[in-house]
Amino acid sequence: MPLIDYANPTRFLAFSAKALPWLCAATAVLLAAGLWLAFFGSPADYQQGETVRIMYIHVPAAWLSMFGYGVMAVAALGTLVWRHPLADVTAKAAAPLGAAFTFLALVTGSLWGKPMWGTWWVWDARLTSELVLLIMYLGLIALWQAVDDFGRAARVVAILTLVGSINIPIIKFSVDWWNTLHQGESIFRAGGPTIDSGMLIALFTMMAAMTLLYVALLIGAMRNEILRRRAYQMEMLAAGEGG
Amino acid sequence: MSAHTGFIVAAYAMTAVVLVALVLWVVLDGRVQRRRLADLEARGVKRRSAQKVPAGDDGT
Repeated sequence: MPLIDYANPTRFLAFSAKALPWLCAATAVLLAAGLWLAFFGSPADYQQGETVRIMYIHVPAAWLSMFGYGVMAVAALGTLVWRHPLADVTAKAAAPLGAAFTFLALVTGSLWGKPMWGTWWVWDARLTSELVLLIMYLGLIALWQAVDDFGRAARVVAILTLVGSINIPIIKFSVDWWNTLHQGESIFRAGGPTIDSGMLIALFTMMAAMTLLYVALLIGAMRNEILRRRAYQMEMLAAGEGG
Repeated sequence: MSAHTGFIVAAYAMTAVVLVALVLWVVLDGRVQRRRLADLEARGVKRRSAQKVPAGDDGT
């Protein structure tokens, strides 16, 4: 069956019902392995000491804050260009997840910053652009709630999502473009990573685990959104027949 | 024990709280929607795509 056929909500529900238990099991195994590596299988940092262990949740949360927005931007294209049946369902389901991971990136970053920098917060480019991302997520969630018509809400949200996607490269390259208190790129950089290989393995395991968790939550939230729309349509149909 | 153990514990605890909240939101919302659909079906309401036109009533 071509991949595009899974765009049918009924087929998506059937497929995801089978895939979700396997995805949850893989997430649990990878998360357990990642946490073990984060606490026992990786060394303390020669400068930061044990505090470096905050990195294993902060970096995946920051990655997912941007990845989640990328998912919404692709879904926005799906809504506006292809009118993909699952595109606006994906965009609506992804917004609260993205907001949650952005919130986590900011909070864990603050809890890492206080002992290392001596401050909870600075208005540098990386931190400020990440805060702007959280505000954008909250604005899009509010917009979904404010417009009753699913189709109209989807189009308005899609346009704003695409406009807001300019913030993603700003977050990513802010540490290169401006002089920030936040450290520069130390993993995906020319010349290779600058951190210990033991830390790198733990970090990649946690990033994979958290990404699987995000995908599982997204699929679950998409299933709920499809069911919510079905129930809404049935209620409207019942109201029409009753009236 | 590190001098900064409190910061590490707080970061992991906050992450756990948020992730558990997300899982609960998805699971509980799923139950609510399934119950809503089951109630509608029990009342005899069908989705438009599931409604069949009786023979002879469709103008043919």
